[in-house]
Amino acid sequence: MKFLNQAGAILWKDLLNEYRTRDALTSMLLFGLLVILTFHFAFEPDSLETQKFAPGLLWTTFIFAGLLGLNRAFASERENEALQGLLLAPVNWGAIFLGKMLANLLFMLLAETAILGCFAIFFNLSLGAKIGWLLLIVPLGTLGFASVGTILAAISMNTRMSDVMLPLLLLPVALPAAIGSVEATAAAFSDPPGAALAFWLKFLVVFDVIFITVPLLLFDFVLEE
Amino acid sequence: MSSELSHVVRLDKVEKWFGPTVALQGIQLQVHCGEFVVLLGRNGAGKSTLLRIIARLAKPNAGQVEVCGLSLNQEAEQVRHRLGFVGHQSFLYRNLTARENLRFFSKLYGIEDAEVKIQAALDQVNLQASADREVKGFSRGMQQRLAIARATLHQPELLLLDEPFTGLDWEASEILSHWLEQFIRNRGTILMVTHDLEHGLGHVSRWVFLDRGKVRREMKGNVQSIRDEYRNFLKEGRREIS
Amino acid sequence: MRSLNWLLFPTLLLILISLYCIFIYAPTESSMGEVQRIFYFHVPSAWTGFLGIFLVFFCSILFLIKNDRAWDIRAAAAAEVGAIFTTMVLISGPLWAKPIWGIYWTWDAKLTSLFVLWLIYLGYLLLRRLLESPIQRARLSAVFGIIGAIDVPIVYMSNRWWRTQHPQPVMGGGESSGLEPSMLFTFLLSLTAFTFLFFLLWRMRCRIEESADRLEALHRELNTRLQEGK
Repeated sequence: MKFLNQAGAILWKDLLNEYRTRDALTSMLLFGLLVILTFHFAFEPDSLETQKFAPGLLWTTFIFAGLLGLNRAFASERENEALQGLLLAPVNWGAIFLGKMLANLLFMLLAETAILGCFAIFFNLSLGAKIGWLLLIVPLGTLGFASVGTILAAISMNTRMSDVMLPLLLLPVALPAAIGSVEATAAAFSDPPGAALAFWLKFLVVFDVIFITVPLLLFDFVLEE
Repeated sequence: MSSELSHVVRLDKVEKWFGPTVALQGIQLQVHCGEFVVLLGRNGAGKSTLLRIIARLAKPNAGQVEVCGLSLNQEAEQVRHRLGFVGHQSFLYRNLTARENLRFFSKLYGIEDAEVKIQAALDQVNLQASADREVKGFSRGMQQRLAIARATLHQPELLLLDEPFTGLDWEASEILSHWLEQFIRNRGTILMVTHDLEHGLGHVSRWVFLDRGKVRREMKGNVQSIRDEYRNFLKEGRREIS
Repeated sequence: MRSLNWLLFPTLLLILISLYCIFIYAPTESSMGEVQRIFYFHVPSAWTGFLGIFLVFFCSILFLIKNDRAWDIRAAAAAEVGAIFTTMVLISGPLWAKPIWGIYWTWDAKLTSLFVLWLIYLGYLLLRRLLESPIQRARLSAVFGIIGAIDVPIVYMSNRWWRTQHPQPVMGGGESSGLEPSMLFTFLLSLTAFTFLFFLLWRMRCRIEESADRLEALHRELNTRLQEGK
C-alpha cells in the first residue's frame, strides 16, 4: 500500500538521519546514566528500597529521556525547512505522522533497553524472570507516549520555546500512561505478579488506541498553513 | 485547443482571510501553458500566500483553484505530482547525502527507475562529483542546485518558485537563470515570486503586481521596462496609519 | 450590549442571594465549623473548571470543522475563564483542608485531575501566547485543546484506579453525603450562580476579542482607503 510505503520511506529517512548523527540516542542514554548516578547519591537506597522504587524511577527516566528524543524529532525537519518538502510531496499527511511516530518509538525503545540494562547492572536488579512481562509493558507504555509526543512535538516546534513547550504539553496528557506503566511494572516485579497487572495492561492498550487514533485524525490540521 | 487545456493555473475569486486579517481578496489569475509569470509586490502583499495556496500548502477560504485542470479541493495528491516548488530554503536533509535525499523524494513521489533518474538529475545540475557527500558540507549554490534537482525529479509541468535567488552568489544565480530558461524552452510553465530584478528574468512573459492581497496590475514587457513601473508601484501608498 | 444585560442581572442576583445563603442562611457545619463554608465556593469552582475544558473541546472541534474565527474566540475565552476558576479551586482546596484535616493537599483523584486540568489550561494559554500567526495560533491550540480535553477524564479514571491500590488520606468527604436540606439548597444555588458567572465572563471575554477584531478590520479599511485615495 502506498500509504505504508511512504510512511516506511519517512521512517527509514529518520533512522538514516539518526545513524549519521547519533544525536538523540546518545543524549538519551547519557541522561539515563546520569539519573542512575544521581539517584544513588541522593537516596543511597538499600536493595529493598531499590526494588520498591525501581518501577517509578525507571519510568521517570524513560519519560524524560523520551522527551529529549522527541524534541529532536522535528529538529531535522526544521533545518532548511525540510518539512515543507515533505508537505509538497503527494503524500498523505497521515503517513508522515505514522513514519515519524514509528521512528520516535524505535529510538525510545532502543534507549529504554539500554537504560534498563544499566539499571539492572547498577542496582543489582534481577530481571531474569520478569523480562517477558517487561517486553510487553515497555512497548505498550512507550507507544502511547510516542504517539501523543509526536503530534505535540509537531505543535511545539512552531513556538520559539519548543524545548519548554513540549514537556508542558506532553506530561499532563501522558500522565495516565505513566501511571499505567509504573503500576504494571510494579505488579510484574512482585511475586507472583498481582491481578493489577492484567488490569493496567488493558488500561495501557485502551490509552494507546485512543491516543493513536486522535492524533492521527488531527495531524493534518497541525501541518496545514 | 480548448481553453480549459491551455490553463495550467486558474484562480477564480480566491480569498484568504482569518478574522480581521485579510491575506488575499478576489484574486483572478490565469497562467497558460508555457508562460513565465512573475509576481511582484511588497512584503506582506500576499505573493507567498498565493503561491502556497497553489502548492496546496494552504487552503483558501473562498474561490476555486485549478492546476492542470484538476481542482485542488478534490485532487490535491494528483496535483502535487504535476508541480515542483523551489523556495529560498532548500528543503533538504543536512545529514543525508545528495543521492540519499533524492532517493527519499523519489520514494515519496513514487518514481520508477529511480536510480537512473537520480543519476541523470545529479548530472544535469553538475553535482555528480558530490553525490555521496552529506548536504551539510554543501555551499549555498550547491544546495540550491540540489533543490532544483529535487524539485524536478518527478518531471513536473508547473514550477513554483518563491524568491529562489535569495542568498545566491553570482555564479549560482546564473546557473539557476539558465536552468529556468531551459525549463521554459521544454514547454514547462513557471510562476515565480521574486524581489530580485536582476536574474532569471530574460524570458518572462507576464508580470503581475500584487498589493494588499489584490492583483493591482498585469503587464507584459521585458525587465528594463518593468523596473521603472515597479519602482513607481512601490512608491505609491507609502502612507499608513500605524 | 443589549444581549449582555440578560446575563448580567440574573447573575448578580444569584451571586447576592448565594452569598447571603452561604454566610447566613446555611447552618454551621457541626464538625468543621465556619471554614466549611469554603465548600460552597470550592466545589462549584471545580465544576466550572471542568465546564470550561468541555467548552474548549467543543469549540475547538467546531473551529477545525468550520475554520471560523468566531469559534476560535470562544474556545480561547472558555480556556481563560476556566483557568481562573480552576486556579480558585487549587487555592481554596488547601485553605479548606489545612484547618480541618491538617494537611494542605492530598493526591486523590479529584484534586489530582484538577491539578492536571490546570496544567492543560496553562499549556493551552501559553501555546497561544507563543504562536504569532493568528491562523496557526487558532489551529494548533484547537488541536491541543481537543487532546487535552480528552485526557482529563482519562486522568481522573486512572487516578481513581490507582487509589484503589494506594490509599490516600480522604478530604472533603462531606460533599454529597449527608447534606442537610438547607445546605444542599445553598450548594445548588451556589452551583447555579457560578455557572451563570462563568457564562457571563465567557461572553464578556468573547465580546472583547470580537471588538478587537473589528477595530483591526477598521484600521485596515482606513489604510486601504488612504492608499486608494492617493
